[in-house]
Amino acid sequence: MTLTTKRSLLARTVWTALAAAAVLAGCGKKEEPPAAAAPASAPVAAASAAPAASAAPLKVAFAYLGPAGDHGWTYAHDQAVKAVQKEYGDKIVTSFVENVPESADAERVFRDMATQGNTLIFGTSFGYMEPMLKVAADFPNAKFEHATGFKQTDNLRSYDSRSYQTAYLAGIIAGKMSKSSIIGVVGSIPVPEVIRNIDAYTLGALSVNPKIKTKVVWVNSWFDPPKETEAAQSLINGGADVLLQNTDSTAVLQTAEKNKKFAFGWDSDMSKFAPTAHLASAIINWAPYYSKAVKEALDGTWKGNTATWWGIKEGANDIVAISDQVPADVKELVAKTKAGIADGSFKVFTGPLADNTGKEVLKAGESADDKMLGGLNFYVKGVEGKVPGGDKK
Amino acid sequence: MLRLETRPQPSKAMSFASPLIALAITVLIGVVLFWILGKDPLRGLQMFFVEPMKNLYGLAELSVKATPLILIALGLAVCYRSNVWNIGAEGQYIFGALGGGWIAMQAGPDTAWMGHFYVIPILIGGVLGGMVWAAVVALLRDRFSANEILVSLMLVYVADLLLGWLVNGPWQDPNGHNFPQTITFLAQTKLPRLIPGMRAHIGLVVALVAVACFWVFLFRTYRGFALQVGGLAPAAARYAGFSSRSALWVGLLISGGMAGLAGALEATGPLGQLTPYVASGYGFAAIIVAYVGRLHPVGIVFSGFLMSLFYIGGELAQSRLGLPKALTGVFQGLLLFTLLACDTLIFYRVRWQRAAAAVPAVRPAAALAKEA
Amino acid sequence: MEGLALLIAASLNAGTALAIAGIGLLINERAGILNLGAEGLMLVAAIAGFATAVHTGNPWLAFGVGMVAGALLASCFGVLVIWLNTNQVATGLALSIFGGGFSAFVGIPYVSEKLGEQPQFNVPFLADIPFIGPALFRQHPMVYIAIVLTAAVAWFLYRTRAGLVLRSIGESPESAHALGYPVRRIRLLAVLAGGAMCGLAGAYVSVIYTPLWIEGMTAGKGWIALALTTFATWRPARVLLGAYLFGGVTMLQFYLQGLGVHVPSQFLSMLPYLSTVVVLVLISRNASWIRANMPASLGKAFFPGS
Repeated sequence: MTLTTKRSLLARTVWTALAAAAVLAGCGKKEEPPAAAAPASAPVAAASAAPAASAAPLKVAFAYLGPAGDHGWTYAHDQAVKAVQKEYGDKIVTSFVENVPESADAERVFRDMATQGNTLIFGTSFGYMEPMLKVAADFPNAKFEHATGFKQTDNLRSYDSRSYQTAYLAGIIAGKMSKSSIIGVVGSIPVPEVIRNIDAYTLGALSVNPKIKTKVVWVNSWFDPPKETEAAQSLINGGADVLLQNTDSTAVLQTAEKNKKFAFGWDSDMSKFAPTAHLASAIINWAPYYSKAVKEALDGTWKGNTATWWGIKEGANDIVAISDQVPADVKELVAKTKAGIADGSFKVFTGPLADNTGKEVLKAGESADDKMLGGLNFYVKGVEGKVPGGDKK
Repeated sequence: MLRLETRPQPSKAMSFASPLIALAITVLIGVVLFWILGKDPLRGLQMFFVEPMKNLYGLAELSVKATPLILIALGLAVCYRSNVWNIGAEGQYIFGALGGGWIAMQAGPDTAWMGHFYVIPILIGGVLGGMVWAAVVALLRDRFSANEILVSLMLVYVADLLLGWLVNGPWQDPNGHNFPQTITFLAQTKLPRLIPGMRAHIGLVVALVAVACFWVFLFRTYRGFALQVGGLAPAAARYAGFSSRSALWVGLLISGGMAGLAGALEATGPLGQLTPYVASGYGFAAIIVAYVGRLHPVGIVFSGFLMSLFYIGGELAQSRLGLPKALTGVFQGLLLFTLLACDTLIFYRVRWQRAAAAVPAVRPAAALAKEA
Repeated sequence: MEGLALLIAASLNAGTALAIAGIGLLINERAGILNLGAEGLMLVAAIAGFATAVHTGNPWLAFGVGMVAGALLASCFGVLVIWLNTNQVATGLALSIFGGGFSAFVGIPYVSEKLGEQPQFNVPFLADIPFIGPALFRQHPMVYIAIVLTAAVAWFLYRTRAGLVLRSIGESPESAHALGYPVRRIRLLAVLAGGAMCGLAGAYVSVIYTPLWIEGMTAGKGWIALALTTFATWRPARVLLGAYLFGGVTMLQFYLQGLGVHVPSQFLSMLPYLSTVVVLVLISRNASWIRANMPASLGKAFFPGS
């Protein structure tokens, strides 16, 4: 084939392709009017115009980190979304996108949610912070809620749960149920939230068994069942017989079941996954907060620039499905402590408290405030090892 | 029954048509999948192929997604044409993000004089980062004959973990509450946007310029010619004096550098910082882009946009129609599979032949021995 | 001491999937076919096996279904590279990518499923020997089956006529063809057998090793199995040994973390991959040794009548 024929063939192909695309686009556009009749796809114009007080239902969208069926972190959010949809009926229309990666793609997802007319948008993982900030800046009429973050603006605010409180309660159970006095934690990523939970778990166990030692193994991911299994197995091999996890799947529980050890469910009720190994589940209930956020969006009282941190008192955290293998006196102690946390008389991180190098971090009578808790990066005495990458400042 | 007959010479027409046929088959299977999932196939197709292109914002997003794919695929095309199988472009991409990101993190008051030109050292850092990582593969293949497919792939996992360590440890934002991320890069380091308000950035321009450069290199320079001969006919190349060793190094360094460039562009463009999730699978998707684009720079532009359509269409299909995100992966894999199958049409003709007229099988050894 | 015994036990468990997949790839490569789609094969078989186990509760049926799924998908690969002579590297890659996407797609309804209680297996009497008992004899039967499989394949390759034919096809398909052997059909059989093995390994991962389904759950095991065949210079027994070594390195990262070793966990996680590279370098260093051991026609297309 000569150069000219090759060029002309190329040109012909290009024009054909463009023509095909144009035809497809044309077909697509023709389909739009009938599709727009469906309530789900409100035109862009209406989105940023009227505030939620109009007759049209409030469009609420959620971005999930993992699959709704993970029976862990995302499952808890999904359950709350279902509850909120039921509570508000046809005043709101909820939708969600799962498996949204914490990368540059997240921005596109949030932007699409906003352009599709969603005026209350939730991002359920830390890694969405920067993308949400960018999109929030471009859509001042939409309201953004970011879980576990630390930056806020006029139309973006953060929310979180005090999972360290239920980790402490789990620790009480662990301390009593452990025969080897070694307990283990399968850690996800060494962020303050997880360090807090490890420390709270240890403190709870130490309060009933001063000989407790905690081993920690990191999988460097929020959700990686094969690695979680291997990590749990290695903790068990190292002598731990009650495991806590901060990861999002049921692998740790199932590994404990296989080895006839104990473990806790995390974020959601995981009791059905390990009938004999499951001691209790430290769950997060996002429904009260979601309900509050929707209510504020509906009646116009939603304000940004806040960080809400709810715990047992507000119904955001709870420890449920406590197994019958746990003796009655332990259950009572847990209930008592829970009540103490709820009414504020008991604080998990109270001095005198030293980290595991012996340095004092809280004096007697002092308790950690939210600022200290938010940036926590030390292990308490009883936890083996060093916080990964933690000796800065 | 169907028989495959070798064509007297490879068909040029098929060479262009094969990707289109493959795409058509993939779309067809896609329609079946949509129907199985209980969704309207036409809406599904519309989500994948039309929605992403409907407005300027959509086209800008397509270009943002296509830029790294095109850049990496260009490098891979040179590599594969030289018969060097670099599968680790993802790892080189990460290293490029590390290199470019590190330079971005050095930005401060003393670099303010450079203004937006600070982007140039960042991109150079990215290219060098990618090259360094690819050089490891080249070295191990050169000195120790270690298979570059496996080495480059293993190094992807290593690079990803290294990134994880850096953003969790030494490079962590001191004001970041111990979260695994670096500082948000300063405004000075941000890639200039092409259209205000859109995410399309100069990376697209860089990619198109690269397309032109690579076309010239492959088809108009002696070096490019030597590389390709080395890949197509190693024995002939040796006789002609073309060094397969230099083909190895050139191929890997170029593809590593391009992947690194893509990584730096992503880190300073859409991302604006380094997180553990820099790796988005572009390095692997680019392999498909390179193949579907026939390892030709111009073809790669088209296949790069096609692949971006799959990605963005898949996202839209998920958020608007509730279709699973995994569909994107299925389409990508299917496309490559069907392309490889259709490619045989370039070398073979399909003919109907009755079984009786089939060429007899090779005679059994006993018969041969008797004749001998 | 007990910790070490448990580490060995965990290594055997972790290495079993690698060993089975490695043996399958060995059969492929001995016939001259380089199948880079091992990862995709394992994933598809993993979801097929897991789904079967969820619906029937029978792990052995799940293994069988996994093998069939692996063989089926491998047959697509086989037809493409053997009869249509497509590039083996590209086709294998396509298989991997497709397998990953397809398994993720099919597996969506199974993400929250769980399997029934898995019984604990102890070899009677032998399991109670101090140290060796917990280290070696408290494994799932598949671990022992892997060993038997390795022996069987070794016997097949080196002691049977069929094995000899296979190896000769791997060295020189043209000569085998001239001798009248149906080269392409035998190669297809090798691909099917290899696919079934990879399928078995994949089903083991999802049904026994981590009884859950999540997309991409094999996390590179298919690729490591490929590296294994080179590491083992294409000998079955060495594949088994290498698999256990890699299994050990995988578990080592957590073992070391648990011991409180002050190396960042990410570096420990790199160990399996870095050791693969190191091993490849050491093995390949002697290029003539590789040439002497590698099947000569590996990766090359075969054109009968040319």
